[in-house]
Amino acid sequence: MIQSLDPRITRAEIEENNSISPLKDLDQWETYEVFHQKKRGDQHMHVGIVHAPNAEMALLFAKEQYGRRGVSVNIWVVCTRDVFTSDYDDTDMFDVSEKQYREAGGYKVMEKINKYKKANKI
Amino acid sequence: MSDKTVAATIDLLYKIADDLLIIGHRNSEWTGLGPILEEDISFSSMAQDKIGQSQGVFTILHQLGEPEMDTNAFHRSAESFHNAQFVELPNGEYDFSLMRHFLYDHADQIRFEMLANSSFEPIAKLARKIKGEIKYHVYHANVWVVKLGTANKESHERMQTALNICWNYALGMFEESNYEKTLINEEIFVGENELKKKWLENITPFLEKASLKIPSESTWKPVYGGRNCNHTGHLKPLVLEMSEVFNIDPDAEW
Repeated sequence: MIQSLDPRITRAEIEENNSISPLKDLDQWETYEVFHQKKRGDQHMHVGIVHAPNAEMALLFAKEQYGRRGVSVNIWVVCTRDVFTSDYDDTDMFDVSEKQYREAGGYKVMEKINKYKKANKI
Repeated sequence: MSDKTVAATIDLLYKIADDLLIIGHRNSEWTGLGPILEEDISFSSMAQDKIGQSQGVFTILHQLGEPEMDTNAFHRSAESFHNAQFVELPNGEYDFSLMRHFLYDHADQIRFEMLANSSFEPIAKLARKIKGEIKYHVYHANVWVVKLGTANKESHERMQTALNICWNYALGMFEESNYEKTLINEEIFVGENELKKKWLENITPFLEKASLKIPSESTWKPVYGGRNCNHTGHLKPLVLEMSEVFNIDPDAEW
């Protein structure tokens, strides 16, 4: 029997040569994406995943995993399988070179303001 | 409050505090050994809540002149605990612990709901404060019991066996004290009988949903004794283990 400093292990009377059979492939629960909301009206933010056999249990686990510090008012869980994602091979779709004119920074406002200030000695 | 009312209140509070402390400790024995990580975290977190709730009740006991909280929790012999024998039983398999969690937490929820209207304000206040915590505990228990009761043949049989083993011990939670009349008349607590009635009402629909059968009433033999400090042999080692660290240096500052 395994003698451990942890009395719970000793009590379990586990054989020294205990052969634990590993889990079969896929013999585990799927994942759910967890979103939490800090206060009413805020957007739900993605905070991580949990393993669960169904949505209800995912919610059960999500509450303790991500909501136990008292910062949530609401939680969503979404089966990872149901999330439709873009492909990392398509990351180049997000390239934004030569498009500065679309950004507010593209307007040379400060330049104009400074020019005005100088002209009017403000 | 009259002396008799104080004595009745103290007796009631010890039952509650000791139940919480002992089941909290028992359930915490699963920490690191739970079936999966997420459940391990949930079950451990709830066990911690139970210890925290017992702390709240021990604080009120201290205000009523009983020993200081740590002394009361860690410096008492097993023979002076008032918990039901149900909560001191060793864990065994996870099915047993889940079933005990289900049967105990439903009772705990109703007891505190009833105490939220108690004429004894400190316990009423505590009951209102921990309402949300207990709500999650009961929700957790309900989801697991229904899921495993209906998942497959093995899980169903395990849960039914666990229910059969737990049943008479669970009924022992409602052992009446000599103070029932005082507690009811003084509107401190509506009494164990009322609690048991409501408990049966609350657990029945979930057990039905889980396709689990409550043992037939003719076989009911509540295991009493715990409320009068009569315990199984399992409590003493638990209390020693629980107070092991504390007793290494009882005066240590934490």
